[in-house]
Amino acid sequence: MTPLEFVESQYLKKDVPKLEIGDTVKVHMRVVEGKKERIQVVEGVVIARKHGGVRETFTVRKISSGIGVERIFPLHSPRVEKVQVVRSGVVRRAKLYYLRNLKGKAARLAERF
Amino acid sequence: MKGLIGRKAGMTHIFSDNGDEIPVTVFEMGPCPVVQVLDEEKNGYNAVQLAFEPLEKKDKNKIPKPLRGHFAKSKIKPHRRLQEFGIDNGESIKVGDVVTVDIFRDADYVSVSGTSKGRGFAGVIKRHGFHGAPMSHGAHEQFRHPGSMGMCVQPGRIIPGKKLPGHYGAEKVKVLNLEVVKLFPERNLLLVKGAAPGPVGGVVTVEISDRKKKRVVQEQEGARKK
Repeated sequence: MTPLEFVESQYLKKDVPKLEIGDTVKVHMRVVEGKKERIQVVEGVVIARKHGGVRETFTVRKISSGIGVERIFPLHSPRVEKVQVVRSGVVRRAKLYYLRNLKGKAARLAERF
Repeated sequence: MKGLIGRKAGMTHIFSDNGDEIPVTVFEMGPCPVVQVLDEEKNGYNAVQLAFEPLEKKDKNKIPKPLRGHFAKSKIKPHRRLQEFGIDNGESIKVGDVVTVDIFRDADYVSVSGTSKGRGFAGVIKRHGFHGAPMSHGAHEQFRHPGSMGMCVQPGRIIPGKKLPGHYGAEKVKVLNLEVVKLFPERNLLLVKGAAPGPVGGVVTVEISDRKKKRVVQEQEGARKK
């Protein structure tokens, strides 16, 4: 194990959230406002997973009041409390950037059972 | 002990207790045996000479014979690097002691020096941060050139120190006051916030910074009264 792998292994989550490209997920984020802490939920489609080890991130895309919004979450961040898979989509590629150019009915994914 | 020799293992990030991502550079430090102790009386200053990375027997020709004798005198295997570090007054340390990453336990900030990545013969944009010439508006064949060299007949020469293309990088660079984030003494690892000079695998020396100390956080109540 190289020194870098060792350091990263100390910060990896034990139970890594299971999510695949094309899944519609609910991400439960821990948000600190002043002194209070609350859970914020972001729902959308996972369109990309990037990097590796402790630096791995995933991108969630949703349409918020007609405007496409993408958020990038560090997979191993303690602030990502949990990730709930609502629905899995049939996809044939690892990055769904083509969804950015589609809207409405065209931007749907067939459900995978 | 004020410093240690090590190698840069690369960068990654870790999470703090409250979930912040901290970019860190990982160093594999030492352990370094003390080869020589220099004192005020004999040498005019107090310091210790540390060695880094023992050489295999087959590599013994990699260091010159006089140095081999120097190591033999203190009964230490030949090492790849030798460097002197300052010591605190009255610190008791003797030849043969092994200095480990533990010396950074109480350190808040360190300074890292190493050899920066070599860029070869670089132009003025990379080397001096010039802005270059316009890419359009009729500009041609002059996009990354240095431009005017100076004045005309008066003074009729180029001012010494004019920034021009040339060899860049592969020189000693020291970054001051980087925050110590974490230690892993069992693997001789030191984690420091931010970037450090040199390539991954490059030899660096890390010194405890005596110029900067961690800021003491003021009491919340007291701060509000003001």
